[in-house]
Amino acid sequence: MISTPSDKILLSADGRPLKQSLSRSLRQQKIRALLLIAPLLIFIFVAFIMPIVSMLSRSVENDLVSQTLPQTVQALQSWDALSGELPSEPVYAAFALDIQNAAKAKVHTKVGLRLNYEKSGIASLFKKTARKAKKWDIQNDGPFKDKLIKVHKGWGEVEVWQTLKTHSPRYTSGYFLNAIDMRKTAEGADFQPEDKTILIKLFQRTLIMSLIITFSCILLGYPVAWLLANLPMRQANLLMILVLLPFWTSLLVRTSAWKVMLQQQGVINDILVQLSLVSDEARLIMINNEIGTIVAMTHILLPFMILPMYSVMQTIPPSYLRAAKSLGATNWTAFWRVYFPQSVPGIGAGSILVFILAIGYYITPEIVGGTKGVFISNRIAYHILKSLNWGLAAALGTILLVAVLVLYWTYDKIVGIDNVKLGG
Amino acid sequence: MAKDSNLEAFVSFNRVQKSYDGETLVVKDLNLEIPKGEFLTMLGPSGSGKTTCLMMLAGFETATHGDIMLNGISINNIPPHKRGIGMVFQNYALFPHMTVAENLSFPLEVRKLEKSLREEKVKRALDMVEMGEFKGRRPAQLSGGQQQRIALARALVFEPELVLMDEPLGALDKQLREKMQFEITALAHRLGITVVYVTHDQTEALTMSDRVAVFNDGRIQQLATPDQLYEEPENSFVAQFIGENNTLNGVVKELKSDVAVVKLDSGDIIECKPVNVSEVGERTQVSIRPERVELNKNKLPKKAHTLTAEVLEFIYMGDTFRTRLKVAGNEDFIVKTRNSSNQVRLKPGEKVDIGWSPECCRALDA
Repeated sequence: MISTPSDKILLSADGRPLKQSLSRSLRQQKIRALLLIAPLLIFIFVAFIMPIVSMLSRSVENDLVSQTLPQTVQALQSWDALSGELPSEPVYAAFALDIQNAAKAKVHTKVGLRLNYEKSGIASLFKKTARKAKKWDIQNDGPFKDKLIKVHKGWGEVEVWQTLKTHSPRYTSGYFLNAIDMRKTAEGADFQPEDKTILIKLFQRTLIMSLIITFSCILLGYPVAWLLANLPMRQANLLMILVLLPFWTSLLVRTSAWKVMLQQQGVINDILVQLSLVSDEARLIMINNEIGTIVAMTHILLPFMILPMYSVMQTIPPSYLRAAKSLGATNWTAFWRVYFPQSVPGIGAGSILVFILAIGYYITPEIVGGTKGVFISNRIAYHILKSLNWGLAAALGTILLVAVLVLYWTYDKIVGIDNVKLGG
Repeated sequence: MAKDSNLEAFVSFNRVQKSYDGETLVVKDLNLEIPKGEFLTMLGPSGSGKTTCLMMLAGFETATHGDIMLNGISINNIPPHKRGIGMVFQNYALFPHMTVAENLSFPLEVRKLEKSLREEKVKRALDMVEMGEFKGRRPAQLSGGQQQRIALARALVFEPELVLMDEPLGALDKQLREKMQFEITALAHRLGITVVYVTHDQTEALTMSDRVAVFNDGRIQQLATPDQLYEEPENSFVAQFIGENNTLNGVVKELKSDVAVVKLDSGDIIECKPVNVSEVGERTQVSIRPERVELNKNKLPKKAHTLTAEVLEFIYMGDTFRTRLKVAGNEDFIVKTRNSSNQVRLKPGEKVDIGWSPECCRALDA
């Protein structure tokens, strides 16, 4: 049948609607393409997306308390935390039951540790109580209020119960408050005492030092990239190998090498002393502080700046500079007005790369940073590995991630992400 | 070759040599004088040294030996930006991050002209190339021909007396190229500027220039007006390079001031005009233009020689016929005839007597 012009829907030769046949014929191809990348997709999902999501969710998750002490949490609901009075007997009874169950299941230390982040001393309180509570007969041994207070006088403190109640909900903003040097109290969010504020300072330091490192990389990398793009092939290749050499050397080796170079009895200080530029007593302190971190990280991240700049500069024909000079521009004007604006996309790409890498750097500040030169990521590592406060670590990580995304967005608004070129 | 009056020369190359690697000379002993207002084209195959000469004149390459003078002053040690020479580049080299107006304004800004004066000059230059309404566009938004005009306007906007052009029309299609050829020459003559133009396209060179310098192997092979170059090539390279050319190889048998008798390798003996032969017994290449060969015996002058040729191919080209013949052993002998009503159309395999007047046939170096 030949379709008449009045037909609205176009039909293919076998009478099916054309759209349907088209999608049918394309489906096969799509499925094949999807199967081809399926291993990669699965790998990325399992090894990248899932761990990140699970880690990020830890920054708000808080079901340990409500799971381990369900009766207590229930009973505490009717207690006014701001009344200044201790909770009544049913709360103590519920707690005695909960702690006994927890002790039998051997999970009491976990919850003790969790609450210890919020108020130190609670961990030992839980340990001691659990030991005693194992032997109690919950049905007949009451009342438990005095009994618990006798076990540990901590149970007679309002603050302990306040902490317990404040951190009993399943989801908490406590970790995020901690991450910005605040804490969750019974009265609401409050600033940490002065001696405990460290994280905001660390965030600021991470940001400022990452910026300094990015700018140092631009300053050092630009001439190198220019040389790479403009030298004859043979020399450019040799230089390229020198640029890439750090890539092929272990990060640890390079960082340790800086330790050798920068320390007070190190190579640079020795040379300065021998040249009498610095007296032997006043050797420069260049390691275990900000200088060490900046120097070592600039060196390590330099290739990430040079390579995008180089690939952009390669696409700028030398005839532009010649044209500018033939039009009467001095070398400097020709460079600044003609060459430099065209190399900006390379600087942009390199800067984003270096800055984002720098802001999350861990190993180098750990080795050469001492206490003054460490980054926020070192704090995250500390909470993951040492204090085991994964919730706080996750909150810090989330803030770092969001900060990077915000900066990326700002860059896109100001410079435009289309202006970033990694080559071509 | 060169004009002898030194005072007249606006640009002059004085025994200029150039080597890049210290082993081979790219430009060998170049002498060239260009009077003011001339349109001179450097024509040659790639690698013949023509672009190098242009770059030395612009100041982007330094001469290994010799002097380049501009207006009587040696410019060897003057940096490019102080030479005040306008230049149009092969790929235009319009600054992609600037608009058309900013591109044109650039040479005026670096000369620290006032803003109002700059705008006036930019406008005048844009009007000159009929691109006035495009001043706010970026180069990427223009077609090849439009970019070409802007590049031209930019090279002229600061009113240089000398403008260099490095194969400026190479990237354009044929029709546009022909149009621009005409426009560039007209503009150059109207403004009275001196132009040094580099190309490898001989038609471009012949149609545009006052004089053409044919380059090969780092030397100027011939410097002459286009008609001289075509009709009186001085050596076999120029004869081959400019236009179509038939060659017959042979040995000089007799040599007089105005006639040379050449015995061709096939045994035929012909008379030629001696141009680049010096002694009897020397090998020579005889050059005849395809349109100077006559297929109709009756039209030939009495003195003319005739040779018997075999038709190999006949190509109908509309306004002309091209006939490929075998003449004295040469199977690529081309004859061009006009498509007139009484012109014979030959068939392959036919034998025909062809001939030419001796002055059209030039005995050149082998």
